[in-house]
Amino acid sequence: MFRSRADVVFWVVLVAVFLAGLGATYVVKNEYYFTALYGILQAMLMAVAWNILGGFTGYVNFGSAGFFALGAYTVVFLDKALGLPLPLLIVAAALVCGLLGLGVGYLSLRLKGVYFAIATLATAIVLETLITNWRYVGGGRGAYLVAPAEVPFLFSSYVDMLFVVMLALTLGAVAISRYLNASRLGRGLAAIRDDEGAAECAGVPTLRLKLISTTLMGALMGVAGAPYPFFVTFIDPASAFNLFVAVNAIAMPMIGGTAHWLGPVIGAILVGGTQEVVTVTVKAEYSVLVVGIMLVLFITLAPQGIVGLAQKYLRRRK
Amino acid sequence: MDLFANAIVAGVLLGAFYAAVAVGLAITFGQLDIVNIAHPAFVIVGSYIAWIVNSRLGIDPVLVGVLASPLFFVAGALVYRVYYAAFERTGQESLSGLAFFFGVMFIIEVSLILVYGVDYRNVTASYIGESIELGYVGIPLRLLVPFLAASLMTGGVWLYLSRTFTGRAILAVAQDRLALQLMGADPVRIKQWAFGLAIGTTAIAGALLIIIGPVEPSVGRVYIGRAFAVVVLGGMGSIPGMIIAALLLGVVESFVSTFAGPSWAPAVAFGVLLLTLAVRPSGLFGRA
Amino acid sequence: MSAELLRVERLSKRFGGFTALQDVDLHVNAGERLGLIGPNGSGKTTMINCISGALYNDEGRIRFAGEDITRLPPFERARLGIARSFQIPRPFRSMSVLENLRIPLEYAARSRTEHRRIDDEAMEVLERIGLKKLAQAPSGSLTQVDMRKLELARALAAKPQLLVSDEAMAGLSSSEVDEILEILFTLNKGGVAVIMIEHIMRAVMRFSERIVVLDAGRKICEGLPDDVCRDREVEKAYLGE
Repeated sequence: MFRSRADVVFWVVLVAVFLAGLGATYVVKNEYYFTALYGILQAMLMAVAWNILGGFTGYVNFGSAGFFALGAYTVVFLDKALGLPLPLLIVAAALVCGLLGLGVGYLSLRLKGVYFAIATLATAIVLETLITNWRYVGGGRGAYLVAPAEVPFLFSSYVDMLFVVMLALTLGAVAISRYLNASRLGRGLAAIRDDEGAAECAGVPTLRLKLISTTLMGALMGVAGAPYPFFVTFIDPASAFNLFVAVNAIAMPMIGGTAHWLGPVIGAILVGGTQEVVTVTVKAEYSVLVVGIMLVLFITLAPQGIVGLAQKYLRRRK
Repeated sequence: MDLFANAIVAGVLLGAFYAAVAVGLAITFGQLDIVNIAHPAFVIVGSYIAWIVNSRLGIDPVLVGVLASPLFFVAGALVYRVYYAAFERTGQESLSGLAFFFGVMFIIEVSLILVYGVDYRNVTASYIGESIELGYVGIPLRLLVPFLAASLMTGGVWLYLSRTFTGRAILAVAQDRLALQLMGADPVRIKQWAFGLAIGTTAIAGALLIIIGPVEPSVGRVYIGRAFAVVVLGGMGSIPGMIIAALLLGVVESFVSTFAGPSWAPAVAFGVLLLTLAVRPSGLFGRA
Repeated sequence: MSAELLRVERLSKRFGGFTALQDVDLHVNAGERLGLIGPNGSGKTTMINCISGALYNDEGRIRFAGEDITRLPPFERARLGIARSFQIPRPFRSMSVLENLRIPLEYAARSRTEHRRIDDEAMEVLERIGLKKLAQAPSGSLTQVDMRKLELARALAAKPQLLVSDEAMAGLSSSEVDEILEILFTLNKGGVAVIMIEHIMRAVMRFSERIVVLDAGRKICEGLPDDVCRDREVEKAYLGE
């Protein structure tokens, strides 16, 4: 874990960010900031998760909304059926969505590239239809989730607690992603991305690695969706499966740079931040348009993303 | 029994319409291997244009569609130019091209919401609301007119592709680019023409869509499943195959809708798509 | 008499209605240099795809180092010691030349390599192949002949007992052909058995200890290079009646 100086720096920054976030909940009283940051963190977690399969392994997932919503609805179901505490709910969402990821991984056996991407979209919509018709969790009408009256630990409000939870989850995902990027497993994934057939002939167990990749992505996306029902208190398929989540999950890594673990982080901060600014200064709906435009612009003009541009710049200076 | 018969009739009528929606995708995805996931979004734009002109000037929606199609053709050619310059020339198609059209689809849908809101829009015409009775089967004219127009358009496109030089060049460019160049046709211009043609059809398809039922911006999404399911099931590169697949899908969806409820309809198309991809990706009639 | 390394028995492979390989027997001994030739479409590439595991044969068995590998996936065969280079080079383009070699060292050769020494061993391979100066270069930017060398380097980094070289010299100049040939000879001296698929006859004749000839999916001749050259069936296959 502490193989190099860079590792030490990373973990120091990570812990510092977490403590800063935690401390902010005591100092800053205006809840708007935490609500906005929660949204950005959620998007960052989704982006980091997407990038594990999309950027590291080269398989594009168009059905991110499906994983997110499945995590959210797993929580809705278990909360209604068993009333479990939040940590257990998050674990359950991770397990369920990890399993879906595993299934999607097997899909990649038969389907390459474009067909795989379309299949993931189809999976998300089939899921949406199933949940819309499942009355126990509210079906098309939606469900209300009441936040517990007393707030655990030392938080002053439920939103504060959710923010800190999401912060911890997101930082954890970034750490996992970073570890993966530089590990033997990550190099195997990169080989699969570059040329799956050649990778297999070089001894890379492509199926096994792909399954790990899709399962990890699924679990992390489920974790991103788990606190969502408590955050919004009213959930319905339209909001849980919304296109915006899916586009963000793809746009942020692609804008930030897909080959590097920092890409989705930078992309989330840039895109999410811009969206918040546009929401506050112009109109909320326009912030949604911003993502689409940024995505198209970056893809056509700078496909390697911000990290890629930075790397090119640094290489030229050497 | 008459529930059964009505379901079949409705299915066939709708199926022909699905073919009209998908024929453009059969060209771009089936022939040119361009994954234009924004195709249904263009259809929705066509619906909105039909609604605007119909509600302002009272012109028949089908006519609006036909008149708008040259504009859509030009738009399609432009979009292809951008796509080609950014992706095809550099060989980056797969991930980036896909995400490009995903972004385009998103921009279209969100822009429509911003300008026109999420209310359902519809058109008025003399035949909407009327139906013909044949025995115990009722055929609503709002389904019959699109059925006829769709069949005409799809048949026309198929004839164009198989009989004219440019049309056959489009079919050929998918199979052998080099041979096409040697024959004196520029593959890039052919593809541009093809893409324009594909988007041109969405103007008409969109007009038909809003005749069949009210439209709001997110309606396009379920058509992603239907259009791709139909193209993949029919077999990439086979337009007759696509037509058959469209009719099949229409009937199956109609049955599910009638006997299980309309809220299950979206799952049918995407379920069919998933199944086809998993079991037989080359489709019923496609090239391998 | 060296031990038998690879034995292919009665191998058949069909693609729909087309029979690519029919009842082909093949064997390679440890450290041997085998040439595999035949007109275009005779099934040579299909054969090595079946040996490497990229395709599964319909009939027949494949034994390697005493084990039946007929149903093993490609990555397991790579681990056991079968390496192949591709006709059209397929480098890992997002990686440098050196990083390309890490993959086979870390995966195929994992049980034969010490973790700490991976970068050193990769450099050693590059040195033997003659690519040391290009170690940090992006693999997608190499010249044709250097890409072919990288293919062989990657195969060598997997520490194989058997290397299948698929037309590594196609389209190269005369001196470049000699460069590649030298590399293959050096590999073989290190104990690696080589199956060479090639159309460049002088290379095959110089390199092979034994030659197998395929035509239209069947083996039509096998033997010493000089004998094969004079065989009537082989003449007919290449030149017609």
